[in-house]
Amino acid sequence: MRRAYSRGLVAAAAASALVLSACGGDDGDDGGDAGGGGGGQELTIGFMGAQTGTSAQLGINISNGVELALEQHNAKSGVTKVKLIKYDTQGDPAQATNQVKKAVTDKIVALVGPAFSGESKTGVPILEEAGIPNISPSATAVTLASNGWKTWHRVLANDDVQGPGVADFMAKTLSAKNVAVIDDQSEYGKGLADAVRGQLEKNGVKVAVNDSISPDEASYSATINKVKPANVDALFFGGYYAAGGKLVKQLRDSGVQGTFVSGDGSLDAAFVTGGGEAAEGALLSCTCSSAVGSTDPEVQKFATDYKAKFNADPATYSAEGYDATNAILQAIDAGKTSTEDINTYLDTIDFKGVSKQIKFTDTGELEGDLLFITEVKSGKLAFLGDTATAKPSS
Amino acid sequence: MWNDFVTQFWPSTIDGLTNGSIYALVALGYTLVYGVLRLINFAHSEIFMIGTFASLFVLDWINISGPQTGLALVGVLLMMLAVSMAVSGGSAVLLERIAYRPLRKRGASRLAALISAIGASFFLQELFAIWQGRDQLSIPRVMDKEVLFNIGSGQVRNDKLLVVVAAILMMIALDRFVNGSRLGRGIRATAQDPDTAVLMGVNIDRVVLVTFLLGGMLAGVAAMLYGVFFELTQYNVGFLLGIKAFTAAVLGGIGNIRGALVGGLALGLIENYGASFFGSEWLNVVAFSVLVLVLMFRPTGILGENLQRARA
Repeated sequence: MRRAYSRGLVAAAAASALVLSACGGDDGDDGGDAGGGGGGQELTIGFMGAQTGTSAQLGINISNGVELALEQHNAKSGVTKVKLIKYDTQGDPAQATNQVKKAVTDKIVALVGPAFSGESKTGVPILEEAGIPNISPSATAVTLASNGWKTWHRVLANDDVQGPGVADFMAKTLSAKNVAVIDDQSEYGKGLADAVRGQLEKNGVKVAVNDSISPDEASYSATINKVKPANVDALFFGGYYAAGGKLVKQLRDSGVQGTFVSGDGSLDAAFVTGGGEAAEGALLSCTCSSAVGSTDPEVQKFATDYKAKFNADPATYSAEGYDATNAILQAIDAGKTSTEDINTYLDTIDFKGVSKQIKFTDTGELEGDLLFITEVKSGKLAFLGDTATAKPSS
Repeated sequence: MWNDFVTQFWPSTIDGLTNGSIYALVALGYTLVYGVLRLINFAHSEIFMIGTFASLFVLDWINISGPQTGLALVGVLLMMLAVSMAVSGGSAVLLERIAYRPLRKRGASRLAALISAIGASFFLQELFAIWQGRDQLSIPRVMDKEVLFNIGSGQVRNDKLLVVVAAILMMIALDRFVNGSRLGRGIRATAQDPDTAVLMGVNIDRVVLVTFLLGGMLAGVAAMLYGVFFELTQYNVGFLLGIKAFTAAVLGGIGNIRGALVGGLALGLIENYGASFFGSEWLNVVAFSVLVLVLMFRPTGILGENLQRARA
């Protein structure tokens, strides 16, 4: 009943957004192409992702990175000032369509986002039509790249890299022989877990237990009772941090040993608070990099600046948000002020970002396929580096 | 399939009984109110949610340092229990006052009360979402989880035993109260025939109040046990559990106090057995299929009897 009600609200909101965007279309399209760059003129870029809702933390991590990049840019003299509008999707693909329409009428010149894969699926087609260049700092669904979108980019490798990469890591670095793979039945979690299952078997690792949890359920006892007798030496979970924290706690409380491994959906401080002591030693993979603990002076500077501004360490996708914004700002600094020019310029970009080298292929994918590992150590997320060099302590 | 079921039989049984006990305690709230007012109190799941937050606040307030043992543990548990029961019971009474009594006084239809219940449920959820945020909150660990003894391959852990024993004790206490006390007689009389009960001198407002108070207090017990066992809460923690508990109440026979116990335990067991047999993704499918089957052959639930006809 509650679901139906909220769906009704969304429908109403969608209808009003349609009306709004129709009005917006009438007052001409003089905004995007006006002016030739340089001082005086102010441009607007957007950020789109969750700012409220259950996955809000990931979105806030990104928008903080965006804000920091803009602040540093606007503090320089003789540059085109750039303003930010944040579009809150609550992580909901249906909301994303409304927000994208709003962004189009706001005449932004480029967008950092949409953040998640589901939002990108619904939002990017509208951006594509309006010709607004968009760089996602966090959408990893594989299929996004195969839509022939001209304006779409992302600054991290996709799930095709993550699944097999983490499976290889479990087989080689962890020398796992007997594992369990659990997913949360979501598009993301199941997809990732299936990729891990396939690659583990290719590596000759025995997948002793395959099971799914319903993430909202309080008790995962049924799944745990399957894992327990299998005596696995590692377990992979495809899903998000709230369920991941609950799962690892219930596993350890029931005496299940073996390394807990999960993907970027679980890479959040809330995984550690939810799992408590049980989360200790868990390994989390992500195609995103982490700025904390890096020895590179430029990355360290980013981490200190971030901490100074937000009184928190950069977290998952903060560095990606920062890099995506800087890619757009480079285009603006080169005198590109129209959506079209910025989009063309993005194809030529090649710079060392704080997360990794930023260079796009012609489909908008990032070049390179690095996967990074983070370990939970003494209640904190400790970045271990890419899969080739990461050395877990356990 | 069959092998999985056999090897996991004892662990499934233990977990089924543990989860089922919590379902049963919440189910009692639905059953009591339904028995007396013929109203499905959809906001009951939020009464439970408020209880979990009360447990969390108690632990924050005493600033618990870590798992306790011995007398300190008993003290902490009793304190959580008392506060949780008081807050949930109080909220339930307040809810009745604000959301239901005005409607009842004006002789509004039962449907109006149902809408009012749904509205109250929304209101309370959003209130806590805005106040406490929408993220899952961890409840600190109050007791170390140790295996006490084994039954077959199943391990009986101290927290699971606590949940089951506490739930059964509460059920017995409630059963004695409703069947043995003066107020309990009033509840049964009102359930049977409100008009005649009034003529016989039963104070209906008081009976309704006590009914809500009892249901709320039991939800508070469930919330405290939930806090100790699952160690987390969230503004919408009651939603799924409320549906499960309501299902348990219907399965056992809504309006029937002992039915809530049977329904809760049965639902917990069916879920775990079903999941071990078919795989965890089928857990809810199996549970609800069984519910439909039971209702086809016993439309009034397993025990079927109503509170109105409940005898000592």
